[in-house]
Amino acid sequence: MSKELLTVENLKTYFFTASGVSKAVDGVSFTLEKGQTMGIVGESGSGKSVSASSIIRLLPKIGKIVDGKIEFEGKDILKLGKKELLNFRGKDIAVIFQDPMTSLDPVFKIGNQMVEMICAHQDISKKEARAIAVEALKKVGIPQPEKRMDSYPYELSGGMCQRVIIAMAVCCKPKMIIADEPTTALDVTVQAQVLELLQELQKEMNTSILLITHNLGVVWKMCDTVMVMYAGKTVEYAAAETLYRNPMHPYTWGLLDSMPKLSDKVKEELKTIPGTPPDLRLTGTGCNFCNRCPYAEEKCRAEVPPLVEIEKGHFIACHRQNKTEKLARGEGKKNG
Amino acid sequence: MDEKKVILKVRNLTKEFKIKSHKLGEKPQILHALTDVSLDVYQGETLGIIGESGCGKSTFGKCLVQLHKPTRGSVEYQGENILGLKKGEMKNIKKEIQMVFQDPFSSLDPRMTAGKLVEEPMIAHKTEKDRKSRSKKALQLLQTVGLDIQHVHRYPHEFSGGQRQRINIARALALNPKLIVCDEPVSALDVSIQAQVLNLFNQLQRQYGLTYVFISHDLSVIKHISDRIAIMYLGRIVEICRAQELYENPLHPYTRALLSAIPPESPFEKRERIVLEGEIPSPIGEQKGCPLAGRCSFCKERCRNEMPGLCDRGDGHQVACFLYESK
Amino acid sequence: MAKQNKMPNKELMGADAHSQLVKRERRANNVWNKLRRNKTAMIGLVIIAFMILIAVFAPLIATHDPNAIKPSETYLGIGEKGHIFGTDEFGRDLFSRVVYGARISLIAAIGGTIVGGILGILLGLIAGYAGGAADAVIMRLMDGMLAFPFVLLAIILMTILGSGLQNVILAIGIGNVPTFARVVRGQVHIVKNEEYCNAGRVIGISNLRMLFCHILPNTISPIIVYATLNVAGAIISEATLSFLGLGISQPTASWGNILRAGRDCLNTAPHIATISGIFILVTVLGFNLLGDGVRDVLDPKMKR
Repeated sequence: MSKELLTVENLKTYFFTASGVSKAVDGVSFTLEKGQTMGIVGESGSGKSVSASSIIRLLPKIGKIVDGKIEFEGKDILKLGKKELLNFRGKDIAVIFQDPMTSLDPVFKIGNQMVEMICAHQDISKKEARAIAVEALKKVGIPQPEKRMDSYPYELSGGMCQRVIIAMAVCCKPKMIIADEPTTALDVTVQAQVLELLQELQKEMNTSILLITHNLGVVWKMCDTVMVMYAGKTVEYAAAETLYRNPMHPYTWGLLDSMPKLSDKVKEELKTIPGTPPDLRLTGTGCNFCNRCPYAEEKCRAEVPPLVEIEKGHFIACHRQNKTEKLARGEGKKNG
Repeated sequence: MDEKKVILKVRNLTKEFKIKSHKLGEKPQILHALTDVSLDVYQGETLGIIGESGCGKSTFGKCLVQLHKPTRGSVEYQGENILGLKKGEMKNIKKEIQMVFQDPFSSLDPRMTAGKLVEEPMIAHKTEKDRKSRSKKALQLLQTVGLDIQHVHRYPHEFSGGQRQRINIARALALNPKLIVCDEPVSALDVSIQAQVLNLFNQLQRQYGLTYVFISHDLSVIKHISDRIAIMYLGRIVEICRAQELYENPLHPYTRALLSAIPPESPFEKRERIVLEGEIPSPIGEQKGCPLAGRCSFCKERCRNEMPGLCDRGDGHQVACFLYESK
Repeated sequence: MAKQNKMPNKELMGADAHSQLVKRERRANNVWNKLRRNKTAMIGLVIIAFMILIAVFAPLIATHDPNAIKPSETYLGIGEKGHIFGTDEFGRDLFSRVVYGARISLIAAIGGTIVGGILGILLGLIAGYAGGAADAVIMRLMDGMLAFPFVLLAIILMTILGSGLQNVILAIGIGNVPTFARVVRGQVHIVKNEEYCNAGRVIGISNLRMLFCHILPNTISPIIVYATLNVAGAIISEATLSFLGLGISQPTASWGNILRAGRDCLNTAPHIATISGIFILVTVLGFNLLGDGVRDVLDPKMKR
């Protein structure tokens, strides 16, 4: 059952701007198994969205994949031709973007957009495609799907739009769905509905989901494995339960601590990570977290920490956390 | 907490927007953004306002700072109704009520440096006439919010989101205000930065004795800053109480549903979710009955026809629901 | 609490490195540096700079007095008797006339654009910011002016004002007011609803300050783009007016005047009209190229 679907190895995507090379993704490795959900967590600018765009090779002109390997079912994605790539996107991988209102073309009816997409990937008539589309809309819980086919995107609410996009994503039965902050633009009650819908569909079709989010709560709800990214790098990668019970990287600690939680006391001071993330044009000479890390040493500034497997399935990139040396959470505050 | 001075008294605040009809000769429809909002804000406290998008929480904030002109109702600031004031009098009040906006990217003029931006309120109100003392105060303010001298001559696009929000806060502080309306000031920020800014808000409140009206959609964020919380739904306040009380003993069905929809805190937590059927009804047109009536599992005949008023359940815990009326 | 008060500001690799980065970014985003990387803009700029140099140093460049009449040397061809471009029907040196004409044409075109720009910006700002009745009155007036073809409007103005350089500038300026006002008003409508304008209102800054410190600086980019492109049109306008005999009065040389003179002898001395025509063409091209380049740099969204 557990078989690798997507393997990403040491992916590096750089942006070549006029003011320097921005290392948007600078060493990301993970594997996604069939039917599993993996979460990528990180702050804005940590490279989580660029990683996803690299996987479907949909990068802006100035962005280039300079190193690494992306394998999908054994195929090397980086070697695909234009035609194969088009087939790969949409048919093998579907993408759900953050802003539901802008991912649908406002001048076409929803039905037409869906039919067009289905026909592009499957050799069937428009009528059949329409039937598939209606079925998909029904599946995502849209009332009166036949009627909704003739609606324009602006006639629907944000939550409904996101459902339509999910319907579009699933109607070609993709093996994998990349969901890039699918619920960030939605209200909490709608977010819960959309996430539950994704879970149901996944169970039914045995798809893998790559969920990109900055909300750890969403990760706990959805994901089997989690990758924490910081300034373009994988800093920690483990099963969700392991990451919650036994986080190892100082950044993960900071992230977990600075999340406002419902169980906190009223007006309680939040723990913070001091400082701001580094500029991506300046990273790469040491551990990217060293300027904010209370445990940082000379070595952290001078050397890039490698990603090592510390226990089975638990990867971490930190000089001070490995088999020989162990840090205690909360201890570094004194010298910090 | 009990005997505190009321700094802002809002009564029956109503804001309606007219929506022009495209058809000729048809009457314009009315969008009810705020309906009969009444609440008190006490000096030195933080009143959190929670609601989903489109519930009127931002409109409420904008009415407080006079960016919108309310259709009906009154806003009393320290005993004086500020809605009917003349321009000159208004200017003095504007000094005391400031606002921090949601989007740190669009709320700063891209063509002004951080220093200039912070100096601007002082120029507008002529509080610091001398250029030197003005720039000195601007630097001081920037340092209070955690920026420094090397940031003074930078433009907004050269800052990160969190830093920009700090500039916004420094700007709001420049006139020594008493009340700051914060319209989702941290929702565009990353988790680690969000925590920093929230702590900064709390620290400034202690330092300067500020009063906040803190608008947010995030129940876990607002817990870290609020003394009292008001829940809004479709332009009305459905529940208002002390923050602790809200999380321990939520009364209104909507509040309960909202709390249950928050993502879990750990992978092991499985929360029982209270599902609200359907979507938020449209605020356009005539409003009849409880706004939640169509989605509430406790809905009775009466809820569809009559709007429940806020009633006190003791200790300042007010809720607008017939479930709690007679008891 | 005091510890929280001062956030550590050590960015990665120190604050210095970051300051350097900001500097590098500023350099990269500097309008002039961006313009320098833009080929079309540079070609346009070279052409314009060349024309302006000619205009400024006209007395040094000109080989003859542009108005000196020599009945013995009329209609000379290119290069004959030391006249680089030959002579016109009065025996005046064409090269010197074209060089001096550059002065008049450029002044008329740029001056006209400035006059039209200032008036149009003011009207557009008022209409866009005040809205309501002021907006309605100003914009209907502008629509009324736009209803006239530009040449007709200029002819009417020139007939009222009489010919002469100032009046040409004024006529071109007034003719350009409505379009400027339209561009500005549209921009003001976008900018005045930006969040930072709301923020300014909450702070309580005055309307004047709002207009000139926030709204105008943020609308200026498209205005500059439009103005640059507009100069090209103004050069043609000047030529048209002079060609029709309504512009710069004879014997003062302007490109339009020379073109007009060349019309009467297209068969016998085609070089007169051709040369002045080429100068007009090249200059207009220069301003258009620069305008396109400036737009790419200042206003990337406006790209067609």
